[in-house]
Amino acid sequence: MYTASDLRKGLKIQIDGEPYIIVDFEFSKPGKGQALYRCKLKNMITGSQFSTNYRSNEKFEKPDLEERNMQYLYNQDDEYHFMDTQNYEQLFLTREQMGDNVNFLVDNMEVQVLFFSSRPIDISLPIFVDLTVTQADPWARGDTSGTDTKPVTVETGYQLQVPPFIEEGDKIQIDTRTGAYVTRVKA
Amino acid sequence: MLDIQGLRFRAALFHSIRTFFRSHDFLEVDTPVRLPLVLPESTIEPIPTGTWYLQPSPEQCMKRLLALGCEKLFQICPCFRAGERGRRHLEEFTMLEWYRRDADYQELMKDCRSLLRFVVDDLNGQREFHPTISRSWFGTGAVDRQWQRIGVAEAFAQWAPVPVGEALVSGRFDEIISIDIEPRLGREIPCFLCDYPAECASLALLNPDDPAVAERFELYIDGVELANGFSELTDSGEQRQRFRGELELIKKRGGRVQRMPEQFLADLDRVDRAAGIAFGLDRLLMLLQSAESIEAVVSFSPDDWD
Repeated sequence: MYTASDLRKGLKIQIDGEPYIIVDFEFSKPGKGQALYRCKLKNMITGSQFSTNYRSNEKFEKPDLEERNMQYLYNQDDEYHFMDTQNYEQLFLTREQMGDNVNFLVDNMEVQVLFFSSRPIDISLPIFVDLTVTQADPWARGDTSGTDTKPVTVETGYQLQVPPFIEEGDKIQIDTRTGAYVTRVKA
Repeated sequence: MLDIQGLRFRAALFHSIRTFFRSHDFLEVDTPVRLPLVLPESTIEPIPTGTWYLQPSPEQCMKRLLALGCEKLFQICPCFRAGERGRRHLEEFTMLEWYRRDADYQELMKDCRSLLRFVVDDLNGQREFHPTISRSWFGTGAVDRQWQRIGVAEAFAQWAPVPVGEALVSGRFDEIISIDIEPRLGREIPCFLCDYPAECASLALLNPDDPAVAERFELYIDGVELANGFSELTDSGEQRQRFRGELELIKKRGGRVQRMPEQFLADLDRVDRAAGIAFGLDRLLMLLQSAESIEAVVSFSPDDWD
């Protein structure tokens, strides 16, 4: 069990049988008054958020969460299949559970799958992934304005803005937290 | 951790405060930070050290010094409160407290005005600190204007979802102060939130003309609670009653074992009229330096250790 004094940004607690992460936290207490723990919580399964205030005497259950290293195998319809690299066990997450992660997922990629009470609920990707550009407009030579960007499509179908010198077939590094271009990867 | 500039700013503020109080004939005292017992207050959790405690405030010692016959006292010292950790809270923080015999809370409000005007003016006049002050909340000269004063009941009527009486009954008083009222106080000019309900009097004297409220106030600047001052309750019988209530609450919550501070109560009888105030200096530094968190103004914070 956690007590109110354990509450802080990033802590995971269980409410009504579901896991929540504290995404915003503020402690307030009048000098001669009661403490108030002001939290913004995100449901780790549905992603929905809500704000609430807790007091010092409240207690919280720890959610049964576990992360396992798994390899992405393939997707079929709305199912994204993964394999546990330790015991070769296979499972899938739905398109909805995957969220924006599908933009950066390629075959055989190693990811962390998050389990709540032995049920897969989310994955976390490596921070940087290298993806191949499958479609790009040619660089209009003579355009020397270095600050310009252009849209390209990568192998997962994801579109993003990149510097104009990036060409079809290039490999580029993308930050999966922001979805933004980082650099061109030398072939 | 503070850089050298931050350390210099902190030192300059403390120096300025000491200059102010000395020039007003206050005696600077230094009382023990480690005490065998603390005053029973259910909302403050002391930090034990062996069988003793680190002081949550120097209040107990300073009032006993008033009983000894001291007229005007001040102290700058560390205070400790368990579990208080946030943007404006550290478990160890620095308090300025001052006490006056034969005075009431009105005089403390005057002191607050003179002190802040003096300190801001003093720091502003030093080339090294001038740019920081002029960028801060104090840059507009707000402390030199007329300060605001608002009663707790009036503040509830204006901003709270329920009137003050209802908030007290439902146990939501502090929550409403924190969420609905505090953020609105002292935005343009410093604000005294006054006349706390008798239920929140703690060690304060009730107003003889209206015993439903205590002669207690809090000073707010830019939504930040800076100080808590009051006319001291010097009737040891009534204080004992209030402590009994607090001891009951502490016991009911399964907290620490605590006893009645007998010597403190005996000393209280030797004081006729008095007033005292606790002023958070780290928070004042936050405001003066436009710092987002209290860690940014103390020499070492809990995050500075391995």
